[in-house]
Amino acid sequence: MKALHVTTAALALGASLVACGSAEEQQAPAQERGPITFLGGKFEAESVQKIVDAWNAAHPDEKATVVLLPESADEQRRKLIQNAQTKSAAGDVILIDAVWTSEFAANRWVDELTLDTSGFLPTTVETAKYRDKLYAMPVFTGTGLLYYRTDLVEQPPKTWAEMRRICDEVLPEQRDMSCYGGQFDKYEGLTVNFSEAVASAGGELLDASGQPQLTGEPAKQAATFLADGFKSGMIPKEAITYKEEEGRVAFQEGKLLFYRNWAYGYEAAQKTDGSSKVHGKFDVAPIPGLTGPGAGTLGGNNLALSAFSQHKQSARDFIAFMTSAAQIKAFAQTSSMPVPLTAVYEDPAMIEKYPYLPALKEGILAAKPRPKAVRYGDVTAAIQESAYAIVTGAKPVDQGLSELQSALGPLLK
Amino acid sequence: MLSPTMVVLALVVFYPLVAALRESFYESGQRLDADGFVVEGEWFAGLANYAGVAQQRFMNAALNTTLFTVVTVALEVVLGVAMALIMQRAFRGRALLRAGILIPWAVPTAVAGLMWKWIFQADGVANALLGTEILWTADGAWAKLAVIVADTWKTAPFVGLLVLAGLQIIPADVYEAARVDGATPRQTFWRVTLPLVRPALLVAVLFRLMDALRVFDLPYVLVGPRKQSVETLSGLIWDEATRVHYGPASAYGTALFGYIAVIAFVFVKLLGADLLGDVRARRREGSARVA
Repeated sequence: MKALHVTTAALALGASLVACGSAEEQQAPAQERGPITFLGGKFEAESVQKIVDAWNAAHPDEKATVVLLPESADEQRRKLIQNAQTKSAAGDVILIDAVWTSEFAANRWVDELTLDTSGFLPTTVETAKYRDKLYAMPVFTGTGLLYYRTDLVEQPPKTWAEMRRICDEVLPEQRDMSCYGGQFDKYEGLTVNFSEAVASAGGELLDASGQPQLTGEPAKQAATFLADGFKSGMIPKEAITYKEEEGRVAFQEGKLLFYRNWAYGYEAAQKTDGSSKVHGKFDVAPIPGLTGPGAGTLGGNNLALSAFSQHKQSARDFIAFMTSAAQIKAFAQTSSMPVPLTAVYEDPAMIEKYPYLPALKEGILAAKPRPKAVRYGDVTAAIQESAYAIVTGAKPVDQGLSELQSALGPLLK
Repeated sequence: MLSPTMVVLALVVFYPLVAALRESFYESGQRLDADGFVVEGEWFAGLANYAGVAQQRFMNAALNTTLFTVVTVALEVVLGVAMALIMQRAFRGRALLRAGILIPWAVPTAVAGLMWKWIFQADGVANALLGTEILWTADGAWAKLAVIVADTWKTAPFVGLLVLAGLQIIPADVYEAARVDGATPRQTFWRVTLPLVRPALLVAVLFRLMDALRVFDLPYVLVGPRKQSVETLSGLIWDEATRVHYGPASAYGTALFGYIAVIAFVFVKLLGADLLGDVRARRREGSARVA
């Protein structure tokens, strides 16, 4: 019944779009319409396909074909940049990571969009802008959540100190369990975790004018929290090799009391097929901070219009269709991937289905985007370099931070 | 017949070389205009892109590459020769053994990298067997060892295969003569087998040198990019290129090309100029027999 309901909604919306589409058709040059290709990610491919099917049913002359990009974000970026450099029309609508917007916009690889973003969570819209102009539409979002064991912890901690205290109480009675884990391998996840720690200590990596702020007190507190965490064993030393999945498995095996992860981990940890030892024994909460609840890092993906598209009008309509309230709601019915639409987080039926939604909304609204930079690749590499040295203890906190401060300066000009 | 060959060579070998060389003297995509857009076009940068060659990161990568090459090729030669000697023996189940030895080489490197990553992860097989708690895949000396082990496992069979081909063209009467003269097995190996298999072995070593000097995939998959302890020159070039620094990437690529060319040249000069032509013919003959 649900599927039928969704399809009906999709068709109704599709029909209304066709109606407004045909009015525009007369203005847009004929060659701007036609079949389009959507370069999407592998995750949630089935749910995305449903939206595309709905679009295709309503637009037989402007059919969209989904082409899947490689799984890892780095590979996706490389593929998209390759396309852009050869001015290839291989993708009309492209799915880009929220942190690539500046780079793609500044290089004129994607076109500016004029779409209504009022129903979206404001922080997610911010990731789609470059110099205050909209270059993409948020479609997936997410932020760090604190997964914790409800069988061992009564109230999730709001501060790092509280978390430490709970660990000191609980852990002596547990075997092979560590206090806290996150993603600390040297990759994008480390940038996320590090900037999350800084934001949770009340600071930001960059101030409003885009200047690095790593010599301030919040950055120092954050770096000390992570470095001391590793030193004292509060964070297990193998966490230095954790990406999302390694840590998720550790949490599901019962080796971690607290784990910072994205919302996707909820479904997997809830499985009752024996793969998760913690199903029914965990919950999620907003991440803790230095003096109160922390601020997560904003993740997510945005839809953008390739500057080299041959059928830009169709592509624009497709982006509008895919980010329409009806489609996003339909998507959220079949997928636990967090969406940027405010209404979804307030729908009681949705909250019943995904109990973590209120915590997630709170998290997303408090979340801070990673630095916006045209040369984001260089920026994140510099952050990873210093953060890795700090968490492994290879460099003292002060030295690591001041090196990062001076490394970031020229990259942000 | 020569001209089509030259055309193909020019297209697939010389053009990329020249293009990379040209690119290494230019800067592109690094300037922003007042509206925040990247200025299109490129500017002659002189030797600026080569500045990094003298810096710590390039030097570290060059050292890693060299260390990795010397150690793995040495290990692979010893193991490969041993494998070839075993594979050559006639005994029951020889075909099975040969297939078994060759499997690692048939596995795609990225897959082998993933497999070893599982073996070497914190709660993996390696730590369980050794009873240790080593973080093999974190940046550090252990990561070097992990990469060396995985690479040796993967490519020793390649050396074994080439040496086996060389062994099979050694006439049986040479061994018979050695036996009649009362040579011990050890003497037979050092005085008969090794000198006669030398040309094939040299080709194997040359191929492995070229391969090891441009290694990228194994450290990338097993330990990860930008890890100082295992970053190779190819890894560094890849990293610069993915961050759209085509100038420095081309400069480092050109430097790596020069490095490999010098090594190959010295190798061929030192160990006989006729090496390649002579051995290729033999190897063809040898592999025909293996098949």
